[in-house]
Amino acid sequence: MTTDIKTVQLFVTCLIDKFFPETGLAVVDILEALGLTVEFPLAQTCCGQPAFNAGFWDDARAMARYTIDVLAQSDAPIIIPSGSCGDMIIHHYVDLLANDPHYAAPAQAVSTRTYEFTQFLVDVLGVTDLHSTATGCVAYHASCHGLRGLGLKTQPHRLLKQVAGLEPKELPGSEECCGFGGLFAVKMSQISGAILQRKLDNIEASGADMVVGTDVSCLMHIAGGLRRRGSAINVKHIADILRER
Amino acid sequence: MAVSNVTFYERVEEALHDRQLQTALDISTTRFTTGRQNALAALPEAEALRDHARRIRAHTIAHLDRYLAQFADSVERVGGQVHWAETAAEANQIVAELALSRNVKNVVKSKSMVSEELHLNQTLEANGMKVVETDLGEYIAQLAGEKPSHIIAPVIHKTRQDVADLFRRKLQATDADLADVPHMTALARRVLRSEFLQADMGISGANFAVAETGSICLVTNEGNGRLTTTTPRLHVALLGMERLVPTLEDLGVMLQILARSATGQKTSVYTNIITGPRRTTAGQPIEPDGPDELHIVIIDNGRSQILGSELAEILYCIRCGACLNACPVYQQIGGHAYNSVYQGPVGSVVTPGLYGLDPWHELPQASTLCGACREVCPVRINIPRMLLKLRSETAEAGLNPDWLKRGLRLYRQTVVRPGWYHLGGQLTSWLSRKIADNGWFKKLPGPLSGWTDHRDFLAPAKKSFSQRWREEREQ
Ligand code: SF4
Repeated sequence: MTTDIKTVQLFVTCLIDKFFPETGLAVVDILEALGLTVEFPLAQTCCGQPAFNAGFWDDARAMARYTIDVLAQSDAPIIIPSGSCGDMIIHHYVDLLANDPHYAAPAQAVSTRTYEFTQFLVDVLGVTDLHSTATGCVAYHASCHGLRGLGLKTQPHRLLKQVAGLEPKELPGSEECCGFGGLFAVKMSQISGAILQRKLDNIEASGADMVVGTDVSCLMHIAGGLRRRGSAINVKHIADILRER
Repeated sequence: MAVSNVTFYERVEEALHDRQLQTALDISTTRFTTGRQNALAALPEAEALRDHARRIRAHTIAHLDRYLAQFADSVERVGGQVHWAETAAEANQIVAELALSRNVKNVVKSKSMVSEELHLNQTLEANGMKVVETDLGEYIAQLAGEKPSHIIAPVIHKTRQDVADLFRRKLQATDADLADVPHMTALARRVLRSEFLQADMGISGANFAVAETGSICLVTNEGNGRLTTTTPRLHVALLGMERLVPTLEDLGVMLQILARSATGQKTSVYTNIITGPRRTTAGQPIEPDGPDELHIVIIDNGRSQILGSELAEILYCIRCGACLNACPVYQQIGGHAYNSVYQGPVGSVVTPGLYGLDPWHELPQASTLCGACREVCPVRINIPRMLLKLRSETAEAGLNPDWLKRGLRLYRQTVVRPGWYHLGGQLTSWLSRKIADNGWFKKLPGPLSGWTDHRDFLAPAKKSFSQRWREEREQ
């Protein structure tokens, strides 16, 4: 390891917490195997993105202030296994609280020490080979906020390439949106559903037996769509793959 | 702007079930997006050029008053006349008076988005004039009595067969006329040629206007812009007030990225730079062609309002249409669902910007915030930021459904109280595992049913990550 980081704190995100606890444990496993101490502030809840995206910025601000208080208890770098929540904390907190006399500076401070999980591994720690093994053909779906908000263009690919036994398959339109968009999937479900069908067609055409991504929100959307189709294709967060050794 | 009674959701539903539209959208948006990608990839300095273009647009919009004044002076210096219209009604009146006072009977028009804003054709027709659109796409839309559905490809929603049927009905086309696309184009060309020769007035838009020289620049692929602005004795150009660039050199930068971003062409087939009417000395023309009079109508129609708001960046737009082609929502619903002159991501900002959020507040919601628009925009407009801003204004204006407002308020109160939050989580998990089928839901109640209309919903885990952490790590 090339840095002097000894401790990190995990912001696990509300969806991983409630729906994908194993993915959270995988992230902890991977970080600990790299010799890091993982802190998990138990008071953490949700970053507030649903309210922010819906335009309810006062509500979003209240949640942002709360999360900043929770994360400010420790100076350790903050690791988020989600590009979307990462983008929220790294970019939108700063904008939302820019005029808040008490929180503008803390928002900035939290922003500068927050990293999306794969970004932290590859760009900060300089690690790509985690000695992981897996079997199967994998297609990578690039979630929009990670890709365009945080610039996660190469990091996940570099990590996946090092996994022994994994055969990468090209996913047509891999950088196209899956149609999730948070509340959009509920409010404008017919459009969201139509976009999803295109993503599912591409996944099925890729010949992969597994779809991997960095955001469980999109993955939950894709998995729900595949299940509705009766497809046997598996859906996994990248940490679930990297954990297997 | 006219608002139909059909709701956004009904138009979306209709578009999604229109098989033919879906095919047409698939083909054309794919063709445009790949064309754009290849054209930019072939240009080594593309990224720097985009930065440069953005700086030009940002600078111009920041000093718009100065450049407008300079442009108006330059136009008068080269013998044109400038008119200022604050509203659509004023613009219509100016054009109608120009036409009536000069005894105009026949009008030809080249493509102009701003004229769609004005509903100018209706005004002129009500004054007894015949108005013919001469851009092939616009002409087809006019024959069909439809509105354009894409800012650069007005009839992207139509197939060749649709057009053939239309030509048969409206132009009495024969089988030979409709044999293939070149024959169909030739037919339109014959019809339009006689319109050009009869016209007393040509109306054009302007892709750009150059402050330094008083020139307007028109790009077309059909040459109709050139005929519209040179054949009739009177040329009226409609100019949205944001369409300026300071110098000809700046124009050169914009032209390098416009066609590449729009259609993937290196340059459009025709690029006209028009500086003043036909020149004369002592009343005698010294140029072989050109109109006797050139009038430029500079139109505000809501733009100053945008300029003074947090949406000002949308005025950098050069109307290339790349954001429409790249938008996953536009790719599914096409242009008509937006029911606005401007569709897709740019339209979802411009439309409420020009006309207010009510009744246009659904448009900024019609986005996944995926950011594809921002990625392809030649001048890097941060469209998602403005969609979010409009959503926040929508919430402040109380235009959202009640369930959303109440739901998010409750959510907020829970999120800042970890005790409630985790208790609520455990209750939901316990309850949903009782009713879920194998850990998944096929049907959810109330507003959440939207989700399960199209995909299954995962039930929460039995134990959350926090619970497991507490149990396994914190004893
Ligand atoms: S917003 Fe950007 S991409 Fe969209 S039409 Fe305007 S210039 Fe083109």
